[in-house]
Amino acid sequence: MQYKRTMAGLALAAAAVVTLAGCSATSSASTGGAGGTSDTDWKTATSAESAGGMDALVKAAKAEGKLNVIALPPTWANYGKIIDGFQKQYGITVSSANPNGSSADEVAAVKSQQGQDTAPDVLDLGNAVLQQNLGLLTDYEVANWDDIPTTLKDEKGAWTRDYTGLMSIGYDSSKVKKAPKDLNDLLDPQYKGKVSIAGDPTQANQAASAVYLAALENGGSADDVTKGVDYFGKLKAAGNWQNVLPTQATVASGETPVVVQWSYNNLAWGPAAGASGNKNWKTIVPKGDALGSYYAQAVNKDAPHPAAARLWQEYIASPKAQNLYLQAGAFPATLAAMEKSGKVDQDALDAAGGAPKDYVELSDDQVTAAAKVLAAKWSATMGS
Amino acid sequence: MTTASAPAAPPAPASAGADAPRSDTSTTTPPSTRGAVGPRVRRRPGLAWLGLLPFSVHVVLFLAVPALIAVGSGFFDAAGRPTLANLAAFTDPSILRAFGASAALSAVSAVIGAVVGAVVCWALSALRPDGLVRSMIDSAASVLAQFGGVMLAFAFIATIGAQGLVTAWLITTFHWDVNANGAFLYTVPGLVIPYLYFQVPLMVLTFMPAFEGVKTQWGEAAATLGASRATYWRRIALPVLAPAFWGSLLLLFANGFSSFATAAALISQGGIVPLTIRQQLTSETIIGLQNVAGVLALGMVVVMAVVMGAYALLQRRAARWQR
Repeated sequence: MQYKRTMAGLALAAAAVVTLAGCSATSSASTGGAGGTSDTDWKTATSAESAGGMDALVKAAKAEGKLNVIALPPTWANYGKIIDGFQKQYGITVSSANPNGSSADEVAAVKSQQGQDTAPDVLDLGNAVLQQNLGLLTDYEVANWDDIPTTLKDEKGAWTRDYTGLMSIGYDSSKVKKAPKDLNDLLDPQYKGKVSIAGDPTQANQAASAVYLAALENGGSADDVTKGVDYFGKLKAAGNWQNVLPTQATVASGETPVVVQWSYNNLAWGPAAGASGNKNWKTIVPKGDALGSYYAQAVNKDAPHPAAARLWQEYIASPKAQNLYLQAGAFPATLAAMEKSGKVDQDALDAAGGAPKDYVELSDDQVTAAAKVLAAKWSATMGS
Repeated sequence: MTTASAPAAPPAPASAGADAPRSDTSTTTPPSTRGAVGPRVRRRPGLAWLGLLPFSVHVVLFLAVPALIAVGSGFFDAAGRPTLANLAAFTDPSILRAFGASAALSAVSAVIGAVVGAVVCWALSALRPDGLVRSMIDSAASVLAQFGGVMLAFAFIATIGAQGLVTAWLITTFHWDVNANGAFLYTVPGLVIPYLYFQVPLMVLTFMPAFEGVKTQWGEAAATLGASRATYWRRIALPVLAPAFWGSLLLLFANGFSSFATAAALISQGGIVPLTIRQQLTSETIIGLQNVAGVLALGMVVVMAVVMGAYALLQRRAARWQR
């Protein structure tokens, strides 16, 4: 009896050791293949030219064979097609982690998976998180560096803006009789229980941008977004607010008939998505003050696949990927240069309503001030 | 437990080794021999600990260490210097509101779950313990008590969400819109409905053994002594069941308090503590609150420790009648 129990204990212990050993086995077996054929150290390369040219970069990236991206939803700004295009063009497998994660999740993954094979190679960050984590990035200038306006890049290339949308209202025309023209129209009783935004503004940049737009429309400004919070308080008091996270699925099923979010997401979830989209989904950018916010593209300085990461930057800045953003209604950073050189997809640009002429983007200081307002007032106003 | 031992019992007397179990028990139980075999009895736990080792390692690695790191992070600032400043979070009205909402949600779902669950137990106690209905409800309860998270949230979205089957049916047949004042399911009070779906089965699981401990003989004895049915319940059954009931109620409270995934799948704007912690950890608009999340985790640990401590005390009292 006693013997049996001891044996059972030993068996359990052995099983546990085997399981635990399994966890650690994967982490160390990665570093070999990287640099591969050439002697160039792509980890420190600040441009393709300075480290042996584009062909060498492509060769080294192909030798690595893999690229880790994170927080890129396939239906967000056309990332599904952009990733596919990269895989087809270079034969490099892209593994996409946590597609619905936030910018903060990206940073957390970079920190917690440092030195591992699975750490993100490249990041697509909202501005507030970007400014706090410049130390995690490395400088890299893409081949068409001059196509990117100086206001849209770090002077040394730690980051480059990739695309922006404009805050827009998407609505299901089969459920909403009168089309809204701006956010204040949404206070009408016909929108009872129908209006949602893409997440919690104290958490998601996209949702916070809806609040900023509401501030601009209601006599507030980029410096003080309090009026935007007040607007959503009124929306809730009117019973029009719906406390649910809209997704392509809730839009398709009619669960969320009115969504305030980036134009590229509203456009992507409508007829453009084909069978999985909502045929009656219409997108309007409210007249008057428009609001945009660029995301920034950057390379993790400890990227496990340094050449592939740099090749991704080149690809993202290339007219091909920039036009893919545009086809989803997101305005790419090199839009002006592409219009000049004629490389722009004119049909896509027309469908997206032409290049945005005049829009407000919050500066770093304004974002910080807005965050304070949101922290103090949002949950007090909207708490359920 | 009971169903597992029942089939094993009958073969024992039929087989030839009938006295083997008897000799086994006789070596351990008689108090007179305890002094003689003392040293051997004392050595036994030494080896038994070896069997516990893997589990202990598992608990330390995957429960204690992460919990310490999480709570510990609350006492450092973003630059890694030790600080007590994060404790100021407990004076923030929005965080206090989140704790209040969490406590209210857990309390309401626990009370309703405990009452409904106790009634189910009472009904079940009238059935044969090895009957089909009993075993079906027993196994259903064990499965449903663990049925939380995204699957549960989806089940409720599909039934009483804005486009749910039941919602649509109520509108077409009774012209009654459950969600007339905004979708109820996506609010903190609305969470009570999905929470009950796992609270009631958990109550059945934890409270049923106490009900089984109430012997029918006690009722018969009371009746022989002239007690009415009401007196029997008031003076005997309810006092015996009370500690187990309160204990189970506390367990349900703790269960509701620590739930995250169901709420996360349903509610878009924070409102309860676990969602506030998520907001602080993942926010891309309000930066630099990662360490405050550790302090909120500490707050949750304190609440859970108090609740589980009280549960353990009550359970000890309740166990008296379950031998």
